[in-house]
Amino acid sequence: MAVLMEVKNLVTRFYTQEGVVYAVNDISYTLNEGETLGVVVESGSGKSVHSLAIMGLIPNPPGKIEGGEVIFRGRDLLKLSSEEMRLVRGSEIAMIFQDPMTSLNPVLTVGSQITEALKLHMGMNNKEARARAAELLSLVGIPDAERRLDNYPHQFSGGMRQRVMIAMGLSCNPKLLIADEPTTALDVTIQAQIIDLVKRLRDEFKMAIVWISHDLGVVAGLADNINVMYAGTIVERGPVEQVFADTRHPYTLGLLQSLPRLDAAEQRLIQIEGSPPDMRNPITGCPFAPRCPYRLEKCWTDTPPLEPVPGDASGKHLMACHVDVREAEPNREGVAPV
Amino acid sequence: MTSPVPQTKTAPNTGNDKDVLVRVRGLKKHFPITSGVIFQRQVGAVKAVDDVSFDIYKGETLGLVGESGCGKSTTGRTVLQLYEPTAGSVQIKDTDENGREEFKELTTMKGEELRKMRRRMQMIFQDPYASLNPRMSVGRIVSEPLRIHNIMGKKEQEEYVESLLERVGLNPYYVNRYPHEFSGGQRQRIGIARALALEPSFIVADEPISALDVSIQAQVVNLLEDLQEELNLTYLFIAHDLSMVRHICDRVAVMYLGKIVELAPSNELYENPLHPYTQALLSAVPVPDPVKEKKAQRIILTGDVPSPANPPRGCNFNTRCPVRFGLCYQDPDPELIEVSPGHFVACHRVQ
Repeated sequence: MAVLMEVKNLVTRFYTQEGVVYAVNDISYTLNEGETLGVVVESGSGKSVHSLAIMGLIPNPPGKIEGGEVIFRGRDLLKLSSEEMRLVRGSEIAMIFQDPMTSLNPVLTVGSQITEALKLHMGMNNKEARARAAELLSLVGIPDAERRLDNYPHQFSGGMRQRVMIAMGLSCNPKLLIADEPTTALDVTIQAQIIDLVKRLRDEFKMAIVWISHDLGVVAGLADNINVMYAGTIVERGPVEQVFADTRHPYTLGLLQSLPRLDAAEQRLIQIEGSPPDMRNPITGCPFAPRCPYRLEKCWTDTPPLEPVPGDASGKHLMACHVDVREAEPNREGVAPV
Repeated sequence: MTSPVPQTKTAPNTGNDKDVLVRVRGLKKHFPITSGVIFQRQVGAVKAVDDVSFDIYKGETLGLVGESGCGKSTTGRTVLQLYEPTAGSVQIKDTDENGREEFKELTTMKGEELRKMRRRMQMIFQDPYASLNPRMSVGRIVSEPLRIHNIMGKKEQEEYVESLLERVGLNPYYVNRYPHEFSGGQRQRIGIARALALEPSFIVADEPISALDVSIQAQVVNLLEDLQEELNLTYLFIAHDLSMVRHICDRVAVMYLGKIVELAPSNELYENPLHPYTQALLSAVPVPDPVKEKKAQRIILTGDVPSPANPPRGCNFNTRCPVRFGLCYQDPDPELIEVSPGHFVACHRVQ
């Protein structure tokens, strides 16, 4: 598989009145063509910033990309002019957001919003663009598509709006679709519809997907590879089956253990102690150390690098931790107070 | 076996009342839709809660699940009389001066009488950012119920608040801090401490963990479970996270468009769901296991939820139901009927 995108040592910060926010701290990974990458992050761990940085949408000021490269099909996106970047956005990389209502223009019809990209990027005329837009809407499962083109966003339900967003995203056959928690605001039955749709479209359009979510269940069903992020860094990365079956980072392990399972018997949940990291503190040592039941003395000072896990021959499963959780005993007493 | 829900709307439950704490019968809450500027006429009603009946047993957690807009939060608020019900009855068991237990009707109570009853029942809110007054210190927030109900002297209150904070896992040292200095999980703990201040026996928890980070949810759920055990609390737990509901609840009621469509003990509901909506809802929950996920057979519903202002004729689920047939399009709606002990379903197919 050819490499589609390579993110190298990406660093993004925000300079706010309350101090510097260390949003993305030196992350690197590659994404192959047609691959679905699940990015698991909690709020405030740099999830949206990371995708906005790739799209060149970080508001500056206060945000600033301090370093790194995003090589997409041979070009460094971070070095493109805003005019060049505008041509990449929408046509080669598309993005769908959590809340479709805030990302659709409420005073324009859905049809005019979809055809805009088609005319701009694909050079279609009005008639062609409208026909293609209707085709896209029916592709994402909106009945009576031709007529619905003349509706405004408020005339669609939440699930329908998300479908419209996906139709817009797909309009120019992008190579990469970045989905930032696109189903979080939706009900589970609607979420299942949308995920089912995305899977079908992925196979049809052969596009790569970066799917950002805090829901491990959704990521488990959709992704080929997974990045687990904590405090703006990748703490574990690998093929999704391997990361779930042979979890190596204490944070990933903690997340999985703290979830009640529909498919498992009832028992007391094992909680992760403490609070999510304050991103205003620069990272010294391991960012998860204050909450980690496996931490060692050196975790406070030495930041563990992201390296292949011990005992994995493929070299695809990486983690950033000093401890081998298979051998260490967790110390659940005396971990940071609440 | 007592019947937690009567099969007819009017007949009160004549079974064994011993351990029922809250009894809800035929509860309705309709919000009027008005038209006109000066002479407002009612042109319709949003039937947010439409004829709901259930019992809550002492010491149990009853889960109320459903998708957004199904009326689960409105049910919780109407039970507590935070909304005035359109119709129906809500009774809570109370002890009178002679130590005898009897049911008190909340819907007819007013003023001082209702205010006194509020000491028995409290609420934990969904959004810990919106439910705490940013201008009040933690100590004032937690002691506010005590001041309103005029309980304890100042000195005693201070000590009591500190013990409450400790009980919910917060450092009593924080008593003079303000809500913005805390993370979401800590704020939810403050909200819980406030709800506990009057030593209630019944707590409505309206999506108490939905706004929290995944790594924090387990902390709050464990806390709620510990408190229930220590203080013998009864919860009405409103949520849309079905895996969390199974974990925390003894019995679960599934709501769809203002009505309860299925009610059963948790394990029974999750292992043997009978209503097609419950089946679809459970099958839609993603499981954090890639191997199982890739094999999962989802029931994908088509269509969207109808508006509660204009529910379909017949069964409310007939616009999306995969097993609908002729009868489902006719009035009256299917009734909630006990199909096995403790397991109630409102579906023509099942019946």
